[in-house]
Amino acid sequence: METRATRVALTIWSALVVLFLWIPLALIMLYAFNKSNVESWPITSFSTHWFHAAWTAEVRTALWLSVRVGLIATGIALALGSMAAFGVARFRFFGRESISFLLVLPIALPGIVTAIALNSAFVAGNITLSTWTIVTGHATFCVVVVYNNVLARLRRSSPSLLEASQDLGADGWQTFRFVIWPVLSGALVAGGLLAFALSFDEVIVTYFTAGAQNTLPLLIFGYIRLGQQLPVVNVIAFAMILLTAIPVLLAQRLVRDTGVTVRGAAAAAQAQQA
Amino acid sequence: MDPFTSEVRHIWNVDNYRLLWDTSAYHSIAFRTIGIAAAVTLADAILAFPLGYFMARIAGGRSRAFVFVAVLLPLWSSYLIRVYIWRLILNHDGVLNWTLQKVGLPAANIGYTNWAVWLIFTYIWLPFMVLPVYGALERVPDSFLEASRDLGAGGWTTFRRVVLPLALPGVIAGSIFTFSLTLGDYITPLLAGGASSQFIGNVVYDSIGTQQTPFAAAFAAVPLVVMGVYLLIARRLGAFEAL
Repeated sequence: METRATRVALTIWSALVVLFLWIPLALIMLYAFNKSNVESWPITSFSTHWFHAAWTAEVRTALWLSVRVGLIATGIALALGSMAAFGVARFRFFGRESISFLLVLPIALPGIVTAIALNSAFVAGNITLSTWTIVTGHATFCVVVVYNNVLARLRRSSPSLLEASQDLGADGWQTFRFVIWPVLSGALVAGGLLAFALSFDEVIVTYFTAGAQNTLPLLIFGYIRLGQQLPVVNVIAFAMILLTAIPVLLAQRLVRDTGVTVRGAAAAAQAQQA
Repeated sequence: MDPFTSEVRHIWNVDNYRLLWDTSAYHSIAFRTIGIAAAVTLADAILAFPLGYFMARIAGGRSRAFVFVAVLLPLWSSYLIRVYIWRLILNHDGVLNWTLQKVGLPAANIGYTNWAVWLIFTYIWLPFMVLPVYGALERVPDSFLEASRDLGAGGWTTFRRVVLPLALPGVIAGSIFTFSLTLGDYITPLLAGGASSQFIGNVVYDSIGTQQTPFAAAFAAVPLVVMGVYLLIARRLGAFEAL
């Protein structure tokens, strides 16, 4: 329908935008092999030396904290998010609209608002900032991701499936095991992977809810801000780009197979920064 | 704040908001934050719309899937890393100046300026605009375009009177993300901006651990109110269905 010229122009534009997105990522992968510790271009000599040098105790501690926080926050999000989605999808009750609005709100709020709100709440409640306050902060946006994924799935699955299962004599557990679980498992895995990826990369809220500890993003933030250890940052960047690609591609596959909408993907991605 | 014990006293009043209202430095910070957020949103819309159109109506199945993943993946690579790499690119001895020099152009020293902040935000939030715009354009039925042509509309008229109004909710939905995310950020201005790139978030960030926290909370109410108004307008324009 579009003229040939339009099609060509749109194709070229799209190729340029994709290049704009990817050239910086390709560059950081190259910098990881920079032998010099001065990050200037062009890179004069290459080495894999920094890959050993980056595995310091500081990096290991931060990585381990990030993994723990991510796993716990994802666990909380899976439990609370799927239950909330069930409640909102299945029952009509007073305040239902408000609850679904309040659940989604953290991803529409500017990150600094969530951050200062949590920080003020912890300080006012005399709660010492610790691993658990970081987990609490991360759970606020991880819950949304799981909630959105599960809700989208429940809305598309027909309630008559449950009625049919009951009519055929299945008890509550059997209905859950053989009807609900097969329908939901894809959404839960996809939601869980996305939630973990979000938590693993979060820095805006984490800075305000962490005590003395460093998660991996906080450690990198410190390095970049002070201009220290930049070769180490390059190597971590290299590893993180490769490692985050794996769960995302996996989740992408699951989402495609199970048909979660653009809304789910965008909202999940949004929550990353919220 | 108590001047003797320097502990934060909890008294209900509007002093913090009055300080905000009376100090012109805070006005310029607020306007800079909102202005750059708007500029980022505009730039992302301009970059994303043709790409979304390409994905929805021109690309075949395979190239669409490829572009989709190519847009989605950068979103998931670390935020800090993406800010950091732009710092390396925009440095005076970075890739940008090297390339400009090779093609015989004068060096562009935009590192650590508001331009850098704008460019980096545009880069980082671009996928958030592409996805809803693509979603909205994909839902425009072919038959509408055929009907428009049958009724004698040219390509431009069809675009302006049929495609654009139908895709607008998608653009607005994307703009909620790009606008809100820029509004609430302090990392990029801190890492890649200059002395005059302070955002609202930076004032809040600097206040943590000091006695200024109540004032910071008052300042954080500004993006909250701006987003509230923005969301109300967006709902009016039907953006929520396009999310």
